Amino acid sequence: MEHATKKTRPAHGAAARRVLRRSNEAVGNALRAMAFLGPSLAGVLLFFILPFGVVIYYSLIRGPMDSSFVGLTNYENVIENGAFQIAVKNTVIFTAVAVPLAVILSLVLALMLECRIPLKSQFRTFFLSPLVVPIASIILVWQVLFHANGVVNEFLSVFGVDKIDWLKSDLCKLVIVILFLWKNLGYFMILFMAALNNIPRTLLEVADVEGASAAHKFFKIKLRYLSPTVLFVTILSIINSFKVFREIYLLTGNYPYTGLYLMQHFMNNMFRELDYQRLSAAAVLLALAMIVLIAILFAVENWFGKDVEG
Amino acid sequence: MKKPHLFGRTALTVLAAVFALLFVLPTLLTITNSFMTQSEITANYGQVFATTNPGTSYISDTINLKFIPDKVSFSQYITILFRSPDYLLKFWNSVILVVPIVLLQLAIASIAAYGFTRWRGKVSDVIFFSYVILMLMPYQVTLVPNYLVSDWLGLLNTRWAIILPGAFAPFSVFLLTKFMRRIPNSLIEAAKLDGSSEWQIFKNICLPQCRSALYSIAILVFIDYWNMVEQPLILLPDTSLHPLSVYLSTINTGEIGIAFAIAVIYMIPGLLLFLHGEEYLVEGIAHSGSVKG
Repeated sequence: MEHATKKTRPAHGAAARRVLRRSNEAVGNALRAMAFLGPSLAGVLLFFILPFGVVIYYSLIRGPMDSSFVGLTNYENVIENGAFQIAVKNTVIFTAVAVPLAVILSLVLALMLECRIPLKSQFRTFFLSPLVVPIASIILVWQVLFHANGVVNEFLSVFGVDKIDWLKSDLCKLVIVILFLWKNLGYFMILFMAALNNIPRTLLEVADVEGASAAHKFFKIKLRYLSPTVLFVTILSIINSFKVFREIYLLTGNYPYTGLYLMQHFMNNMFRELDYQRLSAAAVLLALAMIVLIAILFAVENWFGKDVEG
Repeated sequence: MKKPHLFGRTALTVLAAVFALLFVLPTLLTITNSFMTQSEITANYGQVFATTNPGTSYISDTINLKFIPDKVSFSQYITILFRSPDYLLKFWNSVILVVPIVLLQLAIASIAAYGFTRWRGKVSDVIFFSYVILMLMPYQVTLVPNYLVSDWLGLLNTRWAIILPGAFAPFSVFLLTKFMRRIPNSLIEAAKLDGSSEWQIFKNICLPQCRSALYSIAILVFIDYWNMVEQPLILLPDTSLHPLSVYLSTINTGEIGIAFAIAVIYMIPGLLLFLHGEEYLVEGIAHSGSVKG
């Protein structure tokens, strides 16, 4: 539009009409675009964006009856809350263990399927199958494996290891990490396989001709092309590690061992108490944390993979 | 490319086989165990799922992880199908929540994706970017606004509280836009010269071109929502509307034999979609592969 007004000034007949027609077209285009984007945009605004504005507002006021602004008091309340701190700590520990494992292992699986081994497509099917199996269907097996009287303990007792009540011990996160990896590795592996496919063959052939070692080829060529995927898999596994509440809830119910207490448990409690103020503050804090995290990862990826972008 | 040595290849194959085994064993175990009789299950797993009335049935001293049932029995399935309608009701609850979400999300998303494909400018780029950010937000962030709106609209405790936010979830929009932007522009321009309206171009050209993409996204959305736990816990306090995913965790330990069978019934739709559309699923995942694209 700005563009159009600038040019209308030396209004000389045909040129002016042309410009006018063009700006009419722009308006028409915008209207048509809105017609297509409209339904989705309306729903997203109604169910996510606008109420999130209200969430921010709720996080700043005293309570439902007294809507005076209290600054950051609700945030302080949440941050100082013991349960919230435990939830944050557990999430950070879980993410710090699970995410690197997920990235490395799924890359290993993808590289393995890139080599010339028999039954490749069958292996891919097997690796991918947990993705379509609902967690609720599989918790029985996990309980049989990791119960105090379970299979894993029986196996370990052969080596003289004492019984561990896995889900009620310091190792409880490990049980969930294994379940998380089992469920998610296949998805990440496919992402890496697609990325490996996109590396220009010629580059690898040149490296071969020049006698580059496999390690050199991997670190100097492949990994650079894979860096956007490493980023994406990292983001996805962080997001998915926020979803392990699901696994924990199905395995241990509403009141798990402290080591498995997560943000969602904290939020569930506040939903039950209808504590909108703290609920809102927690949601805003989490959204901010996610945005900062994603921004950092993007920055890292930009710096690391800038010479192969294109 | 240098061929790996025979030894290396064998080692890799064995390694892959071990991994593959680990990945399918839990599923396989659940399936085979669902064909055991109640007494066999109790004997094998009594140590884990201690029943409330000890002494009435035989429990082996150590837990007994078995793949092949002593006697193949369909009794658990018969109980579920004919004697306890509760399980089938919960299965139906899952269906009636997930199927509308998949259909509505795809319908809304395909229209929006066409909008994002045909009109690219600063405004639509900003909107698209905010969709991506929204897509990356965990439930702990999005459930609070969802809850507030459902409360205002009086939808809490109805299925709509889950279906509507699901219908507008931005995941499909993101993925479909990426597929649609790969349709050659010449195809669209040609149709325009023929005098087709935008709606006709969308309906007659873009949608048919995206058919496989739609199928792969449908699978992805389905398996995601089929697995839902957080939303019903918050938005559906009325447990009679709960889907099977939540209900399975409340099954009494005394009914452990049934639990295996119902777990199998619950995984069937996902497995069927997978067996039928693995290639589509793989393609869908591969295209979700870059946030920036």
